[in-house]
Amino acid sequence: MMNTSGRKKVALLVPSVLVARGFESVFTDLGEFCVSGVLSDLGNAAEVRMKLGGADVVVVDPVVFEYTLRGNVRSVISQYSDAAVVGLQSISMSDEAWKQYDEVVNIYDAPPVIIRKLRSALSSRTELPKLEGEELSAREKEILVCVAKGMLNKEIADYYNISIYTVITHRKNITRKTGIRTVAGLTVYALLNNLIDYSAIE
Amino acid sequence: MRQDMTIEPSMKLADLIELNYKLLDVLSRLGIGLGFGEHTIAEACSVSGISESSFLLICNEYTFDGYVPAPELLASGNAEDIMRYLHNSHIYYMDREMAHLRSSLESLLVPVDTAQKMVVEKFFSDYKAEVKNHFDYEEDVVFPYVDALLEGKNRNGYSIVQFEENHSNIDEKLNDLKNIVMKYLPEVCDPLLRNDVLYHIFYLEEDLHHHTLIEDNVLVPMVDLLERKSGKEVMK
Repeated sequence: MMNTSGRKKVALLVPSVLVARGFESVFTDLGEFCVSGVLSDLGNAAEVRMKLGGADVVVVDPVVFEYTLRGNVRSVISQYSDAAVVGLQSISMSDEAWKQYDEVVNIYDAPPVIIRKLRSALSSRTELPKLEGEELSAREKEILVCVAKGMLNKEIADYYNISIYTVITHRKNITRKTGIRTVAGLTVYALLNNLIDYSAIE
Repeated sequence: MRQDMTIEPSMKLADLIELNYKLLDVLSRLGIGLGFGEHTIAEACSVSGISESSFLLICNEYTFDGYVPAPELLASGNAEDIMRYLHNSHIYYMDREMAHLRSSLESLLVPVDTAQKMVVEKFFSDYKAEVKNHFDYEEDVVFPYVDALLEGKNRNGYSIVQFEENHSNIDEKLNDLKNIVMKYLPEVCDPLLRNDVLYHIFYLEEDLHHHTLIEDNVLVPMVDLLERKSGKEVMK
């Protein structure tokens, strides 16, 4: 049994057993990382939550997602995990679609390159909260106002022409930053911060 | 909380309170007054008519994090005692704690502008109504069901599993209120009054948490045991 204590956990969201075994073998040879879970799809939400939950890095092969969802992988993953997200370049996609990842690993990368990229993804992720700050962003405030007015996630998504996953991600971040979980509580927050008028509340 | 001690019937009440002073409220809900001199737990239980096992179950759940009651202790405890404790707690929360919190919140909100005051007060009223609703269900559905079970009456298709499944969280709004008071009320609010309200919310949060644990980890398994017993009797 390999000693994996102290190693960073990597969850693999890849449909290919060969690729998954490949990562395991690279980690066995070079250490530092270990595979904490392998998923071939997102079919079972409970399993996804369990396998992605404790991971430090999630490696995603975009083919797991339907074509129309490939631009939104990041926000889907963020529902389950705050881990760094690394794309696996198994197919060609637009540069835009790769930009959402913290790093992109190519299937022809040499093992040390893979390790270096995972390391860099991890450090970009740990630095992120500091850069972003804990104040609500302009977009989060807009979403918060909608929530306070009683709009549903689907309605908010349609209103701003964004995906429902993005709305959910924003709402998660709003709750993480403010500590407020209920709609009623968010309404009070919005009013105390002059984001809405009393008349806007039903 | 210290994990190296156990609460025993031979322990003096005064030592029990030294171990965990938060049990003061538990004692009053169990009808055990102060001024108990050198009385032990066993003596207090016999005077107030509560079984020692029930007393230990409640105090342990209240004192030790992650406490899981032993099956023997659950079997020797008494569901009536636990329900009486929970019932008295409900009265204590609604009549005393909520009233107290409302009045300190009102004083805190005096300098705040009207719209803001109204929205915070409405939030509190909604929270209070939610808690009352939650308690009412236990008082009107769960406790009478357990009483009937204890008297060996018909179970009417209800089961304690249904209670467990529907046991909703009432802690979310209180947590929100805590954040609102701590982080978002305007600076015109008096800092000492604000602390007062916050201490109160923290206290209530912790106390309600233990209350829920006693329901889920003591009452539910006890009633489950009763249901199995009565199920067996039906089979005969």
